[in-house]
Amino acid sequence: MRFLNYAAACLAVCGMALAPMASSAHAEDAAKKIKVGFIYVSPVGDEGWSWTHDQGRKMMDAMPDVETTMMESVPEGPDAERAIKNMCTKGYNVIVATSFGYMDAMAKLAKRYPDITFLHCSGYKHSDNMTCYFGRMYQARYLTGMVAGAMTKKNEIGYVASFPIPEVVRGINAFTLGVRAVNPEAKVRVVWTRTWYSPDDEKKAAEGLLDVGVDVIAQHQDSAGPQTAAEARGAYSVGYNTDMSSAAPKAHLVAAVWDWNRFYNKFIDEYRAGTWKNGNYWYGIGDGIVDISAYGDMVPADVRAKVDAVKADIISGRYKVFTGPVKDQEGKVRVAEGQVAPDDMLLSMDWFVEGVIGTTK
Amino acid sequence: MTWDIFVALLAATVLAGTPLLYATMGELVTERSGVLNLGVEGMMIMGAFFAFIVQFKTGNPWLAVLAAGLGAGGMGLLHGVVCLIFQGNQTVSGLALTIFGVGLSDYLGAPFIGEKTVGFQPFDIPLLSDVPFFGPVFFQHDPLVYLSYVLPWAVMWFFRRTSLGLALCASGESPEAVRAVGLDPVRMRWLGIFAGAFLVGVGGAYLSLCATHMWTHNLSAGKGWIAVALVIFAFWRPHRAMLGAYLFGGIMALQLRLQALGTTIPSSLMMMLPYLLTILALLFSSARGKGRSAPAALGENISPGA
Repeated sequence: MRFLNYAAACLAVCGMALAPMASSAHAEDAAKKIKVGFIYVSPVGDEGWSWTHDQGRKMMDAMPDVETTMMESVPEGPDAERAIKNMCTKGYNVIVATSFGYMDAMAKLAKRYPDITFLHCSGYKHSDNMTCYFGRMYQARYLTGMVAGAMTKKNEIGYVASFPIPEVVRGINAFTLGVRAVNPEAKVRVVWTRTWYSPDDEKKAAEGLLDVGVDVIAQHQDSAGPQTAAEARGAYSVGYNTDMSSAAPKAHLVAAVWDWNRFYNKFIDEYRAGTWKNGNYWYGIGDGIVDISAYGDMVPADVRAKVDAVKADIISGRYKVFTGPVKDQEGKVRVAEGQVAPDDMLLSMDWFVEGVIGTTK
Repeated sequence: MTWDIFVALLAATVLAGTPLLYATMGELVTERSGVLNLGVEGMMIMGAFFAFIVQFKTGNPWLAVLAAGLGAGGMGLLHGVVCLIFQGNQTVSGLALTIFGVGLSDYLGAPFIGEKTVGFQPFDIPLLSDVPFFGPVFFQHDPLVYLSYVLPWAVMWFFRRTSLGLALCASGESPEAVRAVGLDPVRMRWLGIFAGAFLVGVGGAYLSLCATHMWTHNLSAGKGWIAVALVIFAFWRPHRAMLGAYLFGGIMALQLRLQALGTTIPSSLMMMLPYLLTILALLFSSARGKGRSAPAALGENISPGA
């Protein structure tokens, strides 16, 4: 029994020492500064989702009147609530959490700490002191789909997908609509990995798709695993989150990317001025928060021109993704001719459009 | 499913099975010496980390494999200190080793997340790689895969044909008998722990040097635990461990390709397959029979001077 106690004590000590806390706090003039804390679901060093948000944090940290801290790799669930509460009790003015699964913990703590501003990315709950914000990534997905549809030779495109939730399903659908807008013959094959960040699993999923015969790989995770698989097989790749061309210089066609700095810049300016209004924000490609990266060299000028024209139309509002007729996999019309899918439909999407091979279950 | 997809599936099976093969073979050697080590997951991920960091600093993949083996071996020796010197509970010590290894690798590796390494690259074995079917399935991989083909047979030869191997296995069956012939069973168990942990570490090295070519957290992702189950599935016999590792690797590779081919089976069910197979394997193995049972003294400490 003595050993059991000893082992328990050792584990407790390890647990405390290994808590993934990184801080850039400057304690001496803390009183005057706006303290902002970030909570991430994955490591920031991954050039993925958390990395794109951490660029915003670094930008804020460079401001003389702001100090920031961040915790990375915080699992969704009870750990997240503890991490957020910990920041609440340490005098943070603003807490930013960037994964869907943090939503309920944030909403609960927002009630308990009315003086703190809570920013939650990718959820739907908001209140007087809690904002939910996200981007219409599906607009960029549509454009990258157009590139993929123009570049596939086998008319078979693979999509390595994370979890069957509306955000991901919406992305696959928008991508497929883009593919088929330029290439009505093409099909998009979907493989779910049920991971957000597992380079090995995501690479293996892409290899499975390539084995089955696709020649373009798109994805919805935080790792560039699928890109490296495409590069190794001489196929093309479509990136997500960041440019990702460094992982696959020969394969990279284009990527759907986030630029959160614009949001955090706007937020901190308004917060400082006292004009920030909490609410529900869903930014489009016109706000610059979602965009497409530079094209790979192999993408011909006429394809670029076509995609750029549609991008301009989306920005100006002349064109909307999910304009009918949109049919589902069974051929049933989900959005009638001339109609545009309402946001409610986009936010609860659980069906695939025509041209997708796979299941949303 | 066409022939080409089938061949590609088998090639992917070998790749997915290789880290399991090393880890299973390592745990098998340790258990045959009479020590249960549930620290496989922790040793494997530390092996992956040691391999990554040495490859990253020196650029030499073979040195990296050696470092992975020695690093994981060192963790195994901690288990030895607890169980062989202080007579501690093997189950508890092994679990602690897993938690320790996963935590330590995350802590030490945090600055390197996302860093890429060269590691091993695949090379085709001349002539053999051109053989239809067998070439693409077995002989177009990287060196650690080729080494793993020999491993089960080498371990089997060691168990059956060398006096050291026989003494090691005897320490897992009846330490008193080993002592009676004038050998030291505790020393055999030290060997079993270290050699086993070394192999587990090489399995970890495969993950960072061959599978992902980068460092990230949770690289082992539960493979160490599958290895523990596979030892039981294999009835503690090396050649069956090879079969088990490929069976599991095959299930993982198959479910991805079934999805790609457009199956309507929900992905949540597909993901369960390897774990469902683990449970089935354990059920199947629990039907005891001749040559199926665990080493008789597995998990029992040897009291000093007894």
